[in-house]
Amino acid sequence: MVQEVEVDRERAAGVVASPAVEVRDLVKRYPKGKVNAVDGVSFTVSPGEVFGLLGPNGAGKTTTVGILTTRVRRSGGTACVAGVDVGADPVRARRLVGVVPQRNNLDRSLSIRQNLLFHAAYHGVPAAERARRADTLLAEFGLADRAGEKPDMFSGGQAQRVMVARTLMHAPRVLFLDEPTTGLDPAARLFVWDRVRDLQAQGVTVVLTTHDMDEAAELADRVGIMDHGRLLALDTPAALTRGLPGRTTLEVAMALSEATPPEDLLAALAALDGVERVEQVAAAQSGPPPPTGSDAGGPDGDGRPRELRARLYVSGDAPLTVAPVATLLAERRAELTDVTIGTPSLEDVFINLTGRALR
Amino acid sequence: MSATITPPTSAEPAAAGQAKAFLAVLRRDVYVTWRELPVFLAQVILQPLFLLFVFGRVLTDLGFARPDYTEILFPGIVAMTAVLTALQSTAFPLVIDFSFTKEIEDRLLAPLPVGMVAVEKIVFAASRALLAAAVMFPVGILVLGSIPWRASGVPLMAVVLVLGSLVGAALGLILGTAVPVNRINVMFALILTPLLFTGASQYPWASLGQLPWFQVITAGNPLTYVSEGMRAALEPAVPHIRPWISMLVLSVTLVVFTAVGIRLFLRRAID
Repeated sequence: MVQEVEVDRERAAGVVASPAVEVRDLVKRYPKGKVNAVDGVSFTVSPGEVFGLLGPNGAGKTTTVGILTTRVRRSGGTACVAGVDVGADPVRARRLVGVVPQRNNLDRSLSIRQNLLFHAAYHGVPAAERARRADTLLAEFGLADRAGEKPDMFSGGQAQRVMVARTLMHAPRVLFLDEPTTGLDPAARLFVWDRVRDLQAQGVTVVLTTHDMDEAAELADRVGIMDHGRLLALDTPAALTRGLPGRTTLEVAMALSEATPPEDLLAALAALDGVERVEQVAAAQSGPPPPTGSDAGGPDGDGRPRELRARLYVSGDAPLTVAPVATLLAERRAELTDVTIGTPSLEDVFINLTGRALR
Repeated sequence: MSATITPPTSAEPAAAGQAKAFLAVLRRDVYVTWRELPVFLAQVILQPLFLLFVFGRVLTDLGFARPDYTEILFPGIVAMTAVLTALQSTAFPLVIDFSFTKEIEDRLLAPLPVGMVAVEKIVFAASRALLAAAVMFPVGILVLGSIPWRASGVPLMAVVLVLGSLVGAALGLILGTAVPVNRINVMFALILTPLLFTGASQYPWASLGQLPWFQVITAGNPLTYVSEGMRAALEPAVPHIRPWISMLVLSVTLVVFTAVGIRLFLRRAID
């Protein structure tokens, strides 16, 4: 089903030249704040892009989005949405942006459908069009059978759906999602992810904030990593992780006979081309350790193959190292049982940039 | 900013769009009130009804008050109903909206200046207050048997009630945006109660000549001028503040309260 709430064609045609979002040297200092909540942030989002702002709580993501959606007054710099300066012309900017906040702010005095209808009315959508869009969106978001209910009883995920549907009622050019999946169950999370992909397919620009690196990597074309009000890095998820030094790993599991000393094998692996370092890792086990007395996996002299796991730090392309490893193991009569290519995550990028974990 | 501002692509003139948004926001409030009309009326009528009944009926029937006291009381109670209904129609929803439900946010993101959302609150609260004031007339007839009425006083009454409702709503806007939610009970006790009894609703202001300090206090309550204006309209035989003074004071108060209220509203609405 094609969603009808699309970017208005003629409107879209008018702004081909201007970026969807343009932020330059943006600064926000709250009256009582000791430091700048946003401290000289610059970035540009292209039309149709999904842009993620990744960072821990208090990094300045929400404030940045607040400025772009006219709810926060900037202290310095410029912020434009589709070419409109949000500080100079907030009224026009509000027509262009769609906002899905972190908290449920649905109108509790109105039913779900009325929430959608009134939102569109605020934005000047004609009555017949309002009803048509509301029905389309309610159906698409799986809310049609609950359209008449008040939002009080809605769970976080359901309220989230309604809020996304609500903001789509006025066909925003740029959609801002603030922590769209925080606190949602996995199914609701996947639903939001699917919606974001749909919107992207329709040409809507999406800016989302998250402290979930998987979400950023999964959804965003480009990710800006924020901390303490500053933008520390900005690139595609792949490029961000590629830039990490010595972070690509190859984890291999092998079964070797009693005759092969593990130390020799590890040394041989370390000598392979492109391998910088090898370390033995504990066999991947889940669950509690086996009870004493029934040592199931250990070398107990019956000639049963032993499991050995090693992590190889690779300087070049990890996949290219798989073949030489396999050859080597075959020569040593060890059996390769598992290979995992460890690509560094955005979490690693964050740790590399800030020296601490994201959460 | 130099380059990248695109000309407005929508053919609709900006002012028309904003007017539409304003009316839609107003329509939302009217719709919600309309659907809960019985609850709303019960809420605003009960207090004046009891005041009328106890002061106007019980005390006069028992002989503690003169029978013609109702002619002083009734215009004052209508004035009080208008001002306090307006005040509560802005103050309480705003305290709750800004602190808990945040449901006003969707309207703050509507394409109209944020100050206009505050103006809408005032206009809407004043409409509610006028409705409540109008309902007081049948209630008065029901409780008191007869009420003071003068057709030639209707224009003055209308002006005074409209001004009084707007002033009450603007005061509510100030309270609703300035009072933190944990102080909402304190607001009730420290502001509403004095307002209720220092507004010359239950006594004519001129008669306070024997109690000069109280006369001064009551002169500081905008409700006094609404009560006095109502008496001038409906029962001119009772000594009252001259209508032009009442209207002037109310107009000036309205401008000041609205300006302060919008300022505070903007402070809450935009970080």
